[in-house]
Amino acid sequence: MVGILEDKDRIFTNLYGFHDWGLEGAKARGAWNATKDMLDLGGDWIITNVKNSGLRGRGGAGFSTGLKWSFMPKEVKDRPHYLVINADESEPATCKDREIMRHDPHLLIEGALIASFAMKAHACYIYLRGEYVLERERMEAAVKQAYEARLIGDNNVHGWDFHVYIHHGAGAYICGEETALLESLEGKKGQPRLKPPFPAGAGLYGCPTTVNNVESIAVVGTILRRGADWFASFGRPNNTGTKLMSLSGHVNTPCVVEEAMSIPLRQLIEDHGGGVRGGWGNLKAIIPGGASCPVITREQAETVLMDFDSMREMRSSLGTAGVTVMDESTDIVKAIARISYFFKHESCGQCTPCREGTGWMWRVLERMAVGDADPSEIDLLLDVAGQVEGHTICALGDAAAWPVQGLIRHFRHEIEDRINTYRSRRANFAGHAIAAE
Amino acid sequence: MSVRRLAKEQPESFAFSEDTKAKAEWWIKKYPESRRQSAVIPILWLVQKQEGWVSEPAIRAIGELLGMAYIRVLEVATFYTMFQLEPVGKTALIQVCGTTPCMLRGANELMRVCKEKIGDKDVLSADGRFTWQEVECLGACSNAPMAQINDYYYEDLTPETMAQIIDDFAAGQSPKPGSRVGRHTSEPEGGARVLTDPTLYDGSRAKKIKSLPNSQPAAEKAPA
Repeated sequence: MVGILEDKDRIFTNLYGFHDWGLEGAKARGAWNATKDMLDLGGDWIITNVKNSGLRGRGGAGFSTGLKWSFMPKEVKDRPHYLVINADESEPATCKDREIMRHDPHLLIEGALIASFAMKAHACYIYLRGEYVLERERMEAAVKQAYEARLIGDNNVHGWDFHVYIHHGAGAYICGEETALLESLEGKKGQPRLKPPFPAGAGLYGCPTTVNNVESIAVVGTILRRGADWFASFGRPNNTGTKLMSLSGHVNTPCVVEEAMSIPLRQLIEDHGGGVRGGWGNLKAIIPGGASCPVITREQAETVLMDFDSMREMRSSLGTAGVTVMDESTDIVKAIARISYFFKHESCGQCTPCREGTGWMWRVLERMAVGDADPSEIDLLLDVAGQVEGHTICALGDAAAWPVQGLIRHFRHEIEDRINTYRSRRANFAGHAIAAE
Repeated sequence: MSVRRLAKEQPESFAFSEDTKAKAEWWIKKYPESRRQSAVIPILWLVQKQEGWVSEPAIRAIGELLGMAYIRVLEVATFYTMFQLEPVGKTALIQVCGTTPCMLRGANELMRVCKEKIGDKDVLSADGRFTWQEVECLGACSNAPMAQINDYYYEDLTPETMAQIIDDFAAGQSPKPGSRVGRHTSEPEGGARVLTDPTLYDGSRAKKIKSLPNSQPAAEKAPA
């Protein structure tokens, strides 16, 4: 068998789009089955079961989804409740929500109905990144099918008036941060809000709002159909369930695959990714969960598991489970410098440490990539990264600092070698010039 | 952050086409009546579809349509990098993803091809037909390297296939989006290794569920 998870336990059975994405196909694969029964069991039953399944948010932070839902006010008062689904998938190496939206959109719509019912929301906005034009067309078509079949809408068969609206952004990574996403959805620049108030108190249009990742919502219907204990039977305690994982970089066969949580990283790469290009021995480093996660080395990759706790023990993070593999041919300094450029480009400019720090770190790293730096600048870079981390409104500052810290932690010697080589080649460098006289 | 300014040369005026106007109204209806501003990004995008880029008169017209101050629309148009603030190639706007996962698989080679065939990055080609840009992660990393051309994704590219696509656009064709190494979507090259169990697709999952798991009162767990 390939991997750990068996086909019968996969939630996204049309992951690759070989089958009909439409309503008929989705129903045949089990979507929209017994949805009314779930709603009849009540919001508390839904939230309790989602909590018991151990589902942790699939957008990167890994917060308990059921617990997040329980933060919403119990009763609707003067302001309506909203569910907002974060489909602004932009973390480099992450390409999983895209597969849900273009190939299994009905699982997402069904999950949106269940989650909205549990949180007493009658409206849900799905915020797609602007570049996902095909995915947006697909979602619009699926929503239309659901309305026509009276699965959603006013007076639908489920007995809970519910509307889904597709919205889109326009190419800003920061809008994946939940409060920036809400600002953007309100028609403003995507600059994160100070918290508190948290969205559950004052979110979209100042109303109680929960923002969830696409995958977190799309798995809910199947979890309730098959049971919280079924979902919790995969992975280690506190890290349960199945998860979409994407493989990119120097593997023989990059792909997206649904696997059991806590699968060993090495097995994931060898079974699904077809192994590292040139063999495991040719592996240099791995970014395990999207560009903001610190790199891990080959030694760490031997034993690490694809789950939140194991990655944390390696001082990295599971993030979105978007794995980027780098073989020995990789210029690791340049690779991280490119990530730094990404964060410089995507900083919203609101907080000074991030706006200035991301550009500063990128410029230094570009020099280090060619060796044109002073060895003392390595510690200076580390110091600046530490000053960006934790000193900004949102986590983009942290996300920009972590890859730099990871690089210096594991590959400091490469930067030093680069600097030494650069200097030895320059005859007019102070000292060399004198020696030559 | 990126510093973006409006183009120096601006048209005299802007008018919504019938089609754009109708689509804009459809978008506005998605939001509560007092929250028309929410439609600003989708409408800016519609305007870009109509004109090819976003001009200053268009920004003013959108402000009037949505009851927004000009500066509020301007700051949205300049904040979001998908909005082209000056004219781009009418035949093809090629946006090559240059972020690390694509870079590791040869995005720089694709950009070299673009430079050879079209010219400098971010500069409209002399005949006005092509523009190419380097953009940040487009979220198709398992199909790297890739490029978005006009609206759709062209994936698993090589310098040769990139060149072929540009030639096809130049010849007036519309090359099909998707993978260039024969993959259907994001399954491993050579064929899917999972999702091969036929019982997933025989309709057995659509059978009526008599009783949902954990739905009997005795089995119900107390709220945590």
